[in-house]
Amino acid sequence: MEIPENVKKRLSIPAEEHFYAGHTACQGCGASLGLRYVLKAYGRKTIFAIPACCSTIIAGPWPYTAFEANLFHTAFETTGAVIGGIEAALKARGFKVKGEDGIMVVGWAGDGGTADIGLQALSGFLERGHDAVYIMYDNEAYMNTGIQRSGSTPYGAWTTNTPGGKKHFLERRHKKKVIDIVIAHEIPYAATASIAFPEDFMRKLKKAQKTPGPSFIQLFAPCPTGWRSPTDKSIELAKLAVQTAYFPLFEYENGKYKINMPSTKKEPKPLADFLKLQGRFKYMTQEDIDVLQQWVLHEWEKLKKLAEVFG
Amino acid sequence: MAEYKPIRKVVSGNYAAAYAAKHARVDVVAAYPITPQTSIIEKIAEFIANGEVENLEYVAVESEHSAMAACIGASAAGARTFTATSAQGLALMHEMLHWASGARLPVVMVDVNRAMAPPWSVWDDQTDSLAQRDTGWMQFYAENNQEVYDGVLMAFKIAETVNLPAMIIESAFILSHTYDVVEMIPQELVDEFLPPRKPLYDLTDFEKPFSVGALGTPADYYEFRYKIQKAMEEAKKVIHEVGKEFGERFGRDYSQMIELYRTDDADFVFMGMGSLMGTVKQAVDVLREEGYKVGAAKVRWFRPFPKEELYELAKSVDGIAVLDRNYSFGQEGILFNEAKGSLYNTDAKPLIKNYIVGLGGRDFTVADVRKIAENMKAIIEKGELDVEVDWYHLKR
Repeated sequence: MEIPENVKKRLSIPAEEHFYAGHTACQGCGASLGLRYVLKAYGRKTIFAIPACCSTIIAGPWPYTAFEANLFHTAFETTGAVIGGIEAALKARGFKVKGEDGIMVVGWAGDGGTADIGLQALSGFLERGHDAVYIMYDNEAYMNTGIQRSGSTPYGAWTTNTPGGKKHFLERRHKKKVIDIVIAHEIPYAATASIAFPEDFMRKLKKAQKTPGPSFIQLFAPCPTGWRSPTDKSIELAKLAVQTAYFPLFEYENGKYKINMPSTKKEPKPLADFLKLQGRFKYMTQEDIDVLQQWVLHEWEKLKKLAEVFG
Repeated sequence: MAEYKPIRKVVSGNYAAAYAAKHARVDVVAAYPITPQTSIIEKIAEFIANGEVENLEYVAVESEHSAMAACIGASAAGARTFTATSAQGLALMHEMLHWASGARLPVVMVDVNRAMAPPWSVWDDQTDSLAQRDTGWMQFYAENNQEVYDGVLMAFKIAETVNLPAMIIESAFILSHTYDVVEMIPQELVDEFLPPRKPLYDLTDFEKPFSVGALGTPADYYEFRYKIQKAMEEAKKVIHEVGKEFGERFGRDYSQMIELYRTDDADFVFMGMGSLMGTVKQAVDVLREEGYKVGAAKVRWFRPFPKEELYELAKSVDGIAVLDRNYSFGQEGILFNEAKGSLYNTDAKPLIKNYIVGLGGRDFTVADVRKIAENMKAIIEKGELDVEVDWYHLKR
């Protein structure tokens, strides 16, 4: 559909669509929204590498593709290595990579493929300094295989292999802080983002594009299927995650931390506001909620301190 | 065509591989070090450091799994791509080997045959590469350093014609670290023989967006497999043509997938792969002097398997002694298993016996071949096997 020029001018994000209708995501899927923004930011001169994850399916089976960009499907644990290989090939062949007019090489992987099985390849990618962008879309479990825990699953969350039963719930580890592991590699640019704040996400994507070397963005992407949440609440949940400081928005750039709006706005809302909209937390007692709330505030204080000292 | 004057260099098998990769003008090398492969990638890194190669991206990855993953990414993005590994490293790559063939990427890899642990062994045997039999990779077993060099150059041409990956296999230490004269080909003649790669598809082509490796439903997956098999069949023809062309240009003919040595009037032959066949050929000369009518059949290409050439050989002899420097537990030597299976539905039924030799670097000598010859002679005279699989070196 042609978008009138006057409407285009009012839009804060590009009107062009490079992510086709007819993809096979579930209703209310946060990841598919994320993909749409990435494609808007980078356009068709992009090479995606996608490992086994929901997005493998979302893109559509052979011979279809929902992407107006080229896409290489790869093995679960290899995103970092494959985008490294693609980037090396482009350089050897004399193409411009990254930057305003270069080819964008994008790794797009879920939390399982990043925090767990793909962590080693991610580390290799970051440490070798490839000119590519790695985006981890974080829906906090292995959703494509039927909702099993990943290292990114939060304390207390029900998943099919960490169920909440009559007596116990099994998920008693806090969410793995992948972004902290990434930052430990001292790459030029790393950030968190949320599908509820597309302007912020787009700005970060553009910054990643302009920054030479490896960039990493951890995108918070609710999954109604796995979170047992209403399909029309995904944006609200993504917003609440930021507002409660459960998933703060921040950037790490050349050694400096910066907390982004709206995370800086006011005191975090109670975590319960975020939890109560989701079936996956319904097994938690007040005591358990307090444990998670305490952890969230502790991590938030830590981040504020980092931004204060290294801002 | 410029006149061919070979450049003779005394190099290890590993350096022969590195020079071949350089002469093939590879774009990307992604590799992880593992004994005894390491000196291949060290040499390539040295070429880059000394400015002897241009536009070669060397990706020092954090594991063999990532090495092959980076290679498939690079190859998908149109690069001529090379790597090398050995034993445990090859096993770690296993999953990605399927990815390379499934995505129809002509990656070329040198595997330095090394026995699998435990117990730890850094010495030669073929079980590591043969365990990759069903990954859709072509496999060439080199007898000597010259064949390592020639094999890598031919492999690129063959792989890029049929769009399947290829593995060139050399023996740990026996070739990898042993220096020998290798006739190298001047760069301009390599360039004539091996023009730049024309990829089947190229991720840098943005005109019409496409995806590779997407979900293959039961309606299509089957046909993808069939096409790999068709490519393997086509590869036999391409191997013949490229091997013949190589012979015409450079004097070393590789048109046959099984190299026959003094087999014309042989009563029985020794069949095997890789460096041990050098020993066997030498033994054949000795045995011929002693009156044995024997020959050697060196299987160069294990995948695709040279069924037709094997049949022609099998028709002409009374016996085949298959020398396997490998083993498939619960069954028998792998080459033996393949050879026997290939002949089952034919009218060629020589006595065929399996000798398991040289596992984990156990020495295999001319004297061993003579003992096997004596045993084969007795079997053929009797007209029946004593045992089907003979663990030849076993301490009894």
